[in-house]
Amino acid sequence: MLLLLAITALAIAWLRDLFAAVMLAGIYGLLSASFFVSVDAVDVAFTEAAVGAGIFPLLMLAALALVGRNEQTAYRRPLISLLLVSITGAALVLGTLDMPAFGSADAPPHNHVAVRYIEESPKEIGIPNMVTSVLADYRSFDTLGEVVVVFTAAMGVLGLLFTGRAASPGSATERANMYDHRVLRVVSKMLIPLILLFALYVQFHGEYGPGGGFQAGVIFAAGIILYAMLFGFGNAQRVVRPALLQILAACGVLIYGSVGVVCLLSGGNFLDYSQLLPDPLVGRHVGILVIELGVGITVASAMILIFYAFASATVNSEEVA
Amino acid sequence: MLSHLPILQVVVPLLAAPACLLLDRSRLVWIFTVLACGLSLLISMLLLYQVSQHGTLSYDLGGWDAPWGIEYRIDLLSAYVMLVVSGIATLVIVAAGTGLEREIPLEKQTVFYVTYLLCLAGLLGIVATGDIFNVFVFLEISSLATYALIAYGRDRRALWAAYQYLIVGTIGATFILIGIGFLYSLTGTLNMQDLAARIPDSAGSRTASTAFVFIVVGVCLKLALFPLHLWLPNAYAYAPSLVTAFLAATATKVAVYLLIRLHFSVFGEQFASSSLPLHGILLTLGLAGVFVASLVAIFQPDIKRLFAYSSIAQIGYMIIGIGFGTAIGLQATLLHLFNHALMKGALFLALAAVVYRLGSADISAFRGLGRRMPWTMAAIVIGGLSLIGMPLTVGFVSKWYLILAAIEAGMWPVALLVVTGSILAVVYVWRLVEAAYFQPPENELPEGLDGPDRREAPLTLLVPTWLLVLVNIYLGIDTRLTVGTSGAVASALLGGGQ
Repeated sequence: MLLLLAITALAIAWLRDLFAAVMLAGIYGLLSASFFVSVDAVDVAFTEAAVGAGIFPLLMLAALALVGRNEQTAYRRPLISLLLVSITGAALVLGTLDMPAFGSADAPPHNHVAVRYIEESPKEIGIPNMVTSVLADYRSFDTLGEVVVVFTAAMGVLGLLFTGRAASPGSATERANMYDHRVLRVVSKMLIPLILLFALYVQFHGEYGPGGGFQAGVIFAAGIILYAMLFGFGNAQRVVRPALLQILAACGVLIYGSVGVVCLLSGGNFLDYSQLLPDPLVGRHVGILVIELGVGITVASAMILIFYAFASATVNSEEVA
Repeated sequence: MLSHLPILQVVVPLLAAPACLLLDRSRLVWIFTVLACGLSLLISMLLLYQVSQHGTLSYDLGGWDAPWGIEYRIDLLSAYVMLVVSGIATLVIVAAGTGLEREIPLEKQTVFYVTYLLCLAGLLGIVATGDIFNVFVFLEISSLATYALIAYGRDRRALWAAYQYLIVGTIGATFILIGIGFLYSLTGTLNMQDLAARIPDSAGSRTASTAFVFIVVGVCLKLALFPLHLWLPNAYAYAPSLVTAFLAATATKVAVYLLIRLHFSVFGEQFASSSLPLHGILLTLGLAGVFVASLVAIFQPDIKRLFAYSSIAQIGYMIIGIGFGTAIGLQATLLHLFNHALMKGALFLALAAVVYRLGSADISAFRGLGRRMPWTMAAIVIGGLSLIGMPLTVGFVSKWYLILAAIEAGMWPVALLVVTGSILAVVYVWRLVEAAYFQPPENELPEGLDGPDRREAPLTLLVPTWLLVLVNIYLGIDTRLTVGTSGAVASALLGGGQ
């Protein structure tokens, strides 16, 4: 599996055709997801599948629609870069030589912090999925940070590209290029509701199985983006307005943050959910559910916003041309 | 509420950012942003006071004890850096009230302020945290926000500059992440204190050395140490002037902080000097940076770019201070970190005023500016003097300690080279002074900029600039705050054994 990964990575670097490179990058995402499954990291695998193989190629395609599918710079052989990359690679290999063996029981990561996560978290937090316990409770401030990273990315793209101008109804953009593909249209009409439903399942099931706000948000966004691609950008904007998305993206972060502030006001430390309700375990439960909801809302709306920004820039550049 | 100050320091700007997006009236958003920045400045002052009275503060996020949960750890060093960051952020945002209108279209201003607050929150988060992975998360927030802020520049080249920085910055962040991963595989922990206790056990291993190298290279990319500085001049030159003022005074400083924190608090001086000839490398690169960047600065026609190169040179001085590996050298670095933020903040704010009035920061725009904008030009001159290291300004204090450190370490040539570097600074500042005071103004102003635009910059820009200039002079005379704090920090970092 690692060999396949390496081959795909090389092929991506080799290819001059950006469209093919994006497709291969999607495959790379799927391969890494399967690799993560084979080392028993299902939560990571799920995220990688949703992001690497799902939303990433979609967004890259949207970007390609803006810039065209071929590289425009001349092809050079950058020897210095090759040298630097080789040195870095050699350093990495050198660094891994001494590393504790994979899966060895006495490696430090298995004997220090993780022990408490594994042995105590079902009692302390009361949910079966330990990954969620770590992400949403023990290290929940990191997760807040990650949500803000997504939010920042959306703000960055918004500030640079988005004009906020909806495509005028009846214009050429009203009917997306893909509209004529009848099979795609019918199949996706059946699939989109299922995708959205699945996203909600992932959202609220994160405590028990792999999943949670990040994956759910990405899947939800993929559903909407699929709709926008097949039924036209204008139509999608009428279903989910960009202004609403901005508000939602901000609200998601605020929901997460205000859970922290509420904990603070009720006498605990920031994000100490046990203070939320009289029964600390139930309080933790509620806290995790609410912050995951915040994560889901921000991730989904940020992804759709980014897609809209690319799409609206494409529409505008077409109108100019 | 006082016990929650460490987290409020970061959370106030962090949550103010999305709240701003909901307001969406650019004037209202500005007032709100000023309030948020002012509040975080107040918090950082209180924190510095608390820390100096009661010693290091530790705050467990989520109520989980340190190695399991994330810990915020505020010691004198972090309180000191947070004061610089939030202080500069507040002054710049006050100036942005009028200064921004000519640089960023009105409909984009809300998103601009949101991004600005996110950047501030990210920088403060890096400084406040005691958890190495949390550093990475907030580094990402601040970096992404920085790329976006740079790209707001009117010049189309701003986009290219932001893109260059994005690539370099991402490589830097990845290096840091790889280093963190290696460290976790060796120690099983992410908490800095815990790491510091556990790293000596695996000191001889190649994995530990590789982790150290990757982290140092990653951070040096961020702080634009010569020869990893190539992203900086373009980024500073094409970003909106106020963004340049903010970034020049804060972002690289936080990166230097990170280097000091990881070098001294996590790996420890002993590990760092035994695994690599690090001191020699840092000294050489620092000196090379001072000379190359100062020489390039002398020939820059664009003044923003000139001061950008000068920033690289000043970072060189800070790195030299670390390279001595002595307490007084580290003290010089810390002093220069603080002082350079003051001078570059003042200088770039004054440049923002020039750009506001004349629409350009080219040397030709400065002809006769001494008469046209006397206050702005005076601010630039004092800032420049501070940059050179004239007595009675803060620049003198930090250069003085740097030279003392060199003499103490018995490195006379280094002391001599530091003085020579200052002479190069005299040359490039003099070019500016000559143009502003001894050359006649260009007869014609650019079109559309006649009448009132001939006059001095608006007060909202001048007041923050002069505040910084006055602090430059005040702290150059009364050095108790800076010298005292930095001395205490340096001896704690080196003497405390951690």
